Amino acid sequence: MAQDKQHVSREERDKFAQKVSAWLKANIPSKPDFRLPLTFMEIDNRAQFEYLRDWQQQVYEAGYLGMSWPEEYGGGGMPQVYQDIVTREMARLQAPFMINAIGLSWAGPTILKLGTEAQKKRYIKKILSAEEIWCQGFSEPENGSDLGNARTRAVRDGDSYVINGSKIWTSQAEYAAHMILIARTDPAAPNKYAGLSFFLAPMDVPGIDIRRIRKMTGEYGFAQTFFDDARIPADTLVGEEGQGWSVAMAVLAFERGAALGQAGGNIMSVISARDLVQTAGKSRRDGRPALADMRIREQLVQCMIEERCLRLNRQRGRDPRLLTPGREFAPMLMSKLQGSEYMRRMAAFAVSLQGGQAPLYVDDTQALDDGMWQRQHMNSYSATIGGGTSEIQRNIIGERLLGLGKG
Amino acid sequence: MALDELRLEFSDEQAMLAESAREFLRDKCTTEQVREWMGLSTGYHTALWQEMAQLGWMGIALPEEHGGSGLSAGALVTVVETMGRYLLASPFLATTMAAQLLDQAGNNSQREQWLPAIAAGECIATVALAPADGAWLPEHTGVTATRKGKGWRLEGRKSGVLELAFADLVLVSADTDKGPAVFALSREDIPYTAIEREYLVDETRRSYRMDCDGIRLGNDALLAGGDSAAAIRDTHALGWLLVGAELTGVADGVFSLMLEYLKTRTQFGKTIGSYQALKHPTVDIMGQIENSRGLMQQAATVFDGANGESEVAARMLKAYAGDTAAFATDRAVQFHGAFGFTWECDVQLYFRRATWARHVFGDALHHRARLAELLLGEHNGES
Repeated sequence: MAQDKQHVSREERDKFAQKVSAWLKANIPSKPDFRLPLTFMEIDNRAQFEYLRDWQQQVYEAGYLGMSWPEEYGGGGMPQVYQDIVTREMARLQAPFMINAIGLSWAGPTILKLGTEAQKKRYIKKILSAEEIWCQGFSEPENGSDLGNARTRAVRDGDSYVINGSKIWTSQAEYAAHMILIARTDPAAPNKYAGLSFFLAPMDVPGIDIRRIRKMTGEYGFAQTFFDDARIPADTLVGEEGQGWSVAMAVLAFERGAALGQAGGNIMSVISARDLVQTAGKSRRDGRPALADMRIREQLVQCMIEERCLRLNRQRGRDPRLLTPGREFAPMLMSKLQGSEYMRRMAAFAVSLQGGQAPLYVDDTQALDDGMWQRQHMNSYSATIGGGTSEIQRNIIGERLLGLGKG
Repeated sequence: MALDELRLEFSDEQAMLAESAREFLRDKCTTEQVREWMGLSTGYHTALWQEMAQLGWMGIALPEEHGGSGLSAGALVTVVETMGRYLLASPFLATTMAAQLLDQAGNNSQREQWLPAIAAGECIATVALAPADGAWLPEHTGVTATRKGKGWRLEGRKSGVLELAFADLVLVSADTDKGPAVFALSREDIPYTAIEREYLVDETRRSYRMDCDGIRLGNDALLAGGDSAAAIRDTHALGWLLVGAELTGVADGVFSLMLEYLKTRTQFGKTIGSYQALKHPTVDIMGQIENSRGLMQQAATVFDGANGESEVAARMLKAYAGDTAAFATDRAVQFHGAFGFTWECDVQLYFRRATWARHVFGDALHHRARLAELLLGEHNGES
């Protein structure tokens, strides 16, 4: 993880990219006869789950996942640049995404950074191989983005903690072996943050009930998880009791775009402005191609410009001189907000440009691209709401980065 | 979204230029100074211009054999962005564009005649590209040049010619029977009556209309060193890049001003920046400024005139940075409340500069329409 790309020559990188690309072309599984989800938050049924789990396993066994993670825990021990190349090639060749997203991008990096030796040995390899799926237990029904007010209780009892409460918006809860769980260990702590602890909770213990939640798209993918005297081992605690808030902040830093340390692999299908242009090419409005309409063309160009901005801001982080003095963290902090809002607007536009065909949904034989954009439009809100809503993001950035007063 | 990598580089020279421009202009180009220089007939301060020349700014992108530093045109953006940030009005933009045009289209003796003087800050130069109606298309020159004996005779009118009334060198684009050409005019070639000042929204800038009717030139006025049509297009592209950089700086400058006000002005017992109705758009403005800077850095990296990837990047910058400056200055007026509505508040200076810069060398609509042709293919009319 520590080595950066300067140590790997351009020639070596190009050679590796060719090798990866050849492997992917030979091994990307053929499209199944059922609809695939667009993100890890949309696993609707077991057939989808197994298809994607098998694919991640295959990628890991070929040595293309967790390449920068330490070898002793199942990683590849190589410079990050190799994994970045794999991730890029996967996106380019539209490979199915890595299903164990929470494990790869949140739980794994957190365990590697803050976990004990025993925890690293216990969990890391099975995250990479998809043998054990992870889910996230942060949000609660009463406290969406307000993690500091989590009410789920964890009470120490001998070698265990006893958990009571409920978590919501848990993706893949019914497939997960473990949950990264924030729970309150000390309700009497002087401030609400000091009372929280962070656990790597097993999901197969008695007292855990999972209720699926149906989304506005009609699909499943989320669940509410209920804990009723669920007893988890005490050695699943990360850090010390009461350090849950700072551990969670480290996790959210991974979630909000600090890509360093993530296992890599694409965790979502990649939709780009190029797809949007193709859709415009196939759509007709009042008998004419949408692509001939000046207003549509102008908006397509605007999308292409905004997409380029997102890509550039990601690249700018590699050379500190490209960052704005006094707000060096801006591109990183903005990436979740801008990326999710862009995807939402792009999907809305992609639906509307379809003219009279726009109302057709996924099961209609005439629906453009099998209703992909209609589905994507509704699903896009998961990113503008999940992981801290766009509004909360703006508060955080305005207050912490720009120094504006708290509301 | 993460597809191929975009070319994005930044040299040590650019970093040094950015640093020195920031320090120099922060101290020398306060808004009090800007307001004072605004009242001068030429709109700029000659002593400051000399200091800028001593810093080597006029020669940044000129060849070393003509007294320059030999850097790429892309290296100019960090300096121009900073000029926008501090609202500097000077003949830098016009002189730089003229120097690049001369370097590209002129022959050796023409280059030798003018470039060392430009690099030394001893020659104010400008370009007369736009026709009377202000059209942005490079092929619209608005002036024709016909052979007259051993020389040339010009016909037609130009607009938006910066610094014309006091320029030592004016490069005029014109159509000839052999296609577009560029002529180098000295001060004595232009009758006093041919110059009419344009009164701009941005009162810090000096811009003029030029009546070319009857201007007679010797044959040596014709730039004869290269493909003039390409050079004219590339000069427009340099305008997209540099004014795009200036707009990025203008947006960032007004943003700093606004941020300070949001943190100090209180209403109903709280700083106004603590209200989400003001806080949220402020974050969005900051995001757009960062986006503009990314586009600017990339356009600078790939800049090679009005060709291929360079044209796309420069047009994207001009379009996006223009919209960003419009958004930032618009909200800055509103968020300053009644004070923002006054002459005394510096926001008006940024607002006016942005209005000027957004509408020279093509506005956002113009560039998005051209980008649509470049990126989506021609699709005009019925199909």
